[in-house]
This record gives sequence, structure tokens and C-alpha cells, in this order.
Amino acid sequence: MDLTEFLIKTATIFVVFVLTLVIAMYSTWAERKVAGFIQDRMGPNRAGWGGLLQPLADAGKMFFKEDFIPALANKWLFIAGPSLAMLTALLASAVIPFGSTFRFDGHEVVLQGVESNIGILYVFGVVALGVYGIMVGGWASNNKFSLLGAIRAASQNISYEVAMGLSLIAILMMSSSLSLGEIVAQQHGGNWNIFYQPLGFIIFITCSFAECNRVPFDLPECETELVGGYHTEYGSMKLGFYLFAEYINMFVSSAIISVLYFGGYNYPGMDWVYTQLTGSFGPELGHNIATLIGTAVFFGKALFFIFFYMWVRWTIPRFRYDQLMNLGWKKLIPLAIFNIIITGAAVLFLKPVITAWLN
Amino acid sequence: MQLTNRSKQVSNKEMTLMERAYLPAIAQGLAITIKHFFAKKVTIEYPEVKRYLGPVFRGRHILKRDEQGRERCTACGLCAVACPAEAISMVAAEREKGEETLYREEKYAAVYEVNMLRCIFCGLCEEACPKQAVYLRHDEFVPVFSERDQVIWGKDLLVEDMNDRYTREAWTKEEARALDTKRANGEVTNVVPRPVP
Repeated sequence: MDLTEFLIKTATIFVVFVLTLVIAMYSTWAERKVAGFIQDRMGPNRAGWGGLLQPLADAGKMFFKEDFIPALANKWLFIAGPSLAMLTALLASAVIPFGSTFRFDGHEVVLQGVESNIGILYVFGVVALGVYGIMVGGWASNNKFSLLGAIRAASQNISYEVAMGLSLIAILMMSSSLSLGEIVAQQHGGNWNIFYQPLGFIIFITCSFAECNRVPFDLPECETELVGGYHTEYGSMKLGFYLFAEYINMFVSSAIISVLYFGGYNYPGMDWVYTQLTGSFGPELGHNIATLIGTAVFFGKALFFIFFYMWVRWTIPRFRYDQLMNLGWKKLIPLAIFNIIITGAAVLFLKPVITAWLN
Repeated sequence: MQLTNRSKQVSNKEMTLMERAYLPAIAQGLAITIKHFFAKKVTIEYPEVKRYLGPVFRGRHILKRDEQGRERCTACGLCAVACPAEAISMVAAEREKGEETLYREEKYAAVYEVNMLRCIFCGLCEEACPKQAVYLRHDEFVPVFSERDQVIWGKDLLVEDMNDRYTREAWTKEEARALDTKRANGEVTNVVPRPVP
């Protein structure tokens, strides 16, 4: 790997990192704004225009609060908890393909932190690690409520990971690739996976709600039962990191949903746009502009799903714990397996017929 | 015994497949919330937009002057007696010769103080006043104070400014009620505020 390539990769990863943080930061603002709008209120509108400086004000407040550690808490693990949550949340965004490629000086740069041929497995691995942040923090607090919240989080995440993985297998059977870049490239144009996998999509999005600990599956922190759940004892920026990690997870899962089911940076009519742009601006600049449009489309999709998360949050009440487990184990997992069988049959029997008929 | 017709029979029937699928109900809920998302917000953004609180709202106090600019208050002390929070105190003084343009009666309040931390804005002083001197303004609040010496309001803040006289659309509750009925019937559209009767 020569130096230019290394520098470009570093820059890409840095940009991805910053983008993730900024989007997560403004998700906190958007969450409150959406909550307000849905409840016929205005939401925050005092700090800056439309309350746009609210995240900065919140962060400032968080930083200046007392950084308190309970006397009987395990000090190291108490600090490790939020750090782990933050670390795992940020790691996952590395493999998401944000766009196709940038061309300059004969270089072809992929708009993706790391081009990995097992991208989706990597995401799953990192997301599965995310439960450690909650578990470690909840245990280290030395508080029954925190521990209960952490246990709930752990069991919830583990149960829903099964259904999530199974719903994903159907996608992998269709694409026969684990690389996220490859999965996106196969959905070229309007050929999105959602049209082939509507059931898989519903299972996947339900599970990602559970994985992000969002309403209606926010049992780890439900105030009415567990005070604050795993972050009862946390304050200051350590609490901030936990909350922030949730928003980063939300962005990452929205991005993954749009990559897996909604074609990432693909949009209908992109080939026509591409030929027009390369025709009028030349192969290099035109290509770059087309890539930028694709990236904008990708972010549009991801932001829509972030909005969808918030929309659902202010619509549906929280599930009871046994309902959550019933839904996960007795409904979603059988449905996911059913989906796999259907997909397998379709790939084996239906696909050759349709291809033959189309040709 | 049935008291109302609003009670609902509890039903333990099995949910249908459609109901157990959750998704239609969720879609319904999402439709409702998105409707509210785009609905007009009811919020009145307070410091910028101030709502009209009606002609008999009880805000900060004012000591009225009559039409010749003389103070109406005679320091009879009935407001202080009526005040349930004991917020009002005053010192009476006799009018000297040559002060006829300043005070309406032979006796006047040399000091008239309202403790705004004690005041509960009940309006009993207004009702007790035989000279129609003290009123609670319908258009101004007591501003927020941060210093102790801003709490007790003296005559410098209370007495009416003749260049900016305080007027109302209705001076009594009965008048206000009559005005409301007239408004509701569409008889009155714009009432010119008038000085103290």
C-alpha cells in the first residue's frame, strides 16, 4: 500500500467518523424536535435558530456536571462501561459504503472506511459486542436496578440477534456475498432488496429496534420499572456517552437498513443521470458528481430511517417483558426461518423460470 | 346498579390473526402521529407573543389619578385591611395649602407600599377601595426581580403616569361579562377603552 492510498483511507475514515458523530449529535436535537411536533409542541427553539445549538448546550452541560462515581461501584468497570458502549457504536460505521467511488489523478477511492469482504459479519460482531457496554456498566454500578436493566438488555439483545441474523440469511442467499459493497452493487438502480424481502425487512427492522434499545423495546431503561435501568448511577458525560452511543447505534442501523434493503446509494434512473453527467462534465468530474448524488441519496434514506425510529418511539407504548420475549422467540424466529425457506425455494425454482421467461 | 352508560363490558376474547399481527394497528398509530407532526402547533411563544388575558385580568397594581391628574387615594387603609396577605402598608399625611392640584382629598398617602412577594393578586384591595384608586392592571405583570430592593414597590412605581393613562375595556366583572355576551352575539367588534368611571 503506497502512501497516497494510506492517506486517502485515513481521510475517509476520519470523515466517516466525524459524520457519524455529527449525525448522532443532531439526532438528539431531532429526537426532541420530532417529539415536540408529534405532540403538537414546538420542541427546543431557544438555542440558536430552531434550537440548532441545543446539542452543543447539552454537551456543555454534560461536561460541566460533577463526574460522580458511587462509593461501592467497581471504579474501573464503571468507567469502562460507557467507553465500551461508545467504542462499539463507533466501530460499526467503518464498513458502511456511503457511495460508489471517487476518481482523481487516476486513483479510484471507494467511499467506505474499510472495504471488507465480510462486512456484514463485522457489523454483527461489533453490534453484538455493544451489549458489553451496557452489561459492564450495569454490573459495575452495584445497584439492583442497574443490574436488572443490564440483564434485561443482555437477554433482549441476544434473543433478537438470533432473529436478526436469520432474517439476514435470506439476503445473503440472494446476494451470495457477505460484503456490504457487493450487496449494494447488486441492487443497482431500483432493484432493491425490499421488493424481494418484505417479510425479512419487517423482521430486520423490528430486531434493530430491539438492538438499539429503542421504544417499543426500551426495557433496559424503562423508568417506570427500573428507575433508569443500567444508567441509573451514571451522570455527567458518562451518561452522555451512553445516550450518545444509542444515537450512534441508531444511525448505524439506519444506514445498514438502507444498505441491505433500500439499495444504499442506488436510486432509480441513476444510469441516465450518470451518462448525462459524464457526457457534460467529462469522465472524472461527472463521475464524482454522480457519486455525490448517490451519497446524498444514501444519507436521505438513512436519515429517513432515523426519523422512522423517532416516529415509532412517539407512537407505540413499551412492550411488557414477557411480550417482548414471546415476540422474539415465538414469532420472529419462526417467521425468519419460514422466510429463509421461501427465499431458498424461490432462488432455486422461481429464479431460473423468471430469467428464462425474461430472456 | 348502573349509573352511567359509559361503562364498557370487559372482553377476554381471543384476538384475531389480524389483531395479533400488530402491524395494521401500528400503521394506524403511525398515521395518527404523522398527522399531528404536520398539524399547526398550538404553542404561543410567550416572551415574543403575548396573549390578551381579558379585561379583568389581575396583574400589577396601579394607583389611579383622576381626570385632573390628582391622586385619588386618601390613605383610608381599607385596602390594607382587606389584604389577606398583608402586602399593603401606607403612611397618611394631611394635604397642605397649595397641594390641591396634587391630591384629590384633604388626606393622602405619603407612602404607599406593596410587597410584591406577599401579594397574591386576589384583587380584594381593588374591591375594597372606596375611592377607585387602586387597581390591578390587566395588561402588565410584575416583572421578575432578582434583588431584594426590587420587591417592595413604592409610589414611584405605582402611581399612574398622566401621559400614559391606564384604561380598560371593562372596569367591573359585570361589565366584562356583558361585553363578552355582546361579543359572542357579534354586536361589538371593537370597544374603545375608557378611563376610570
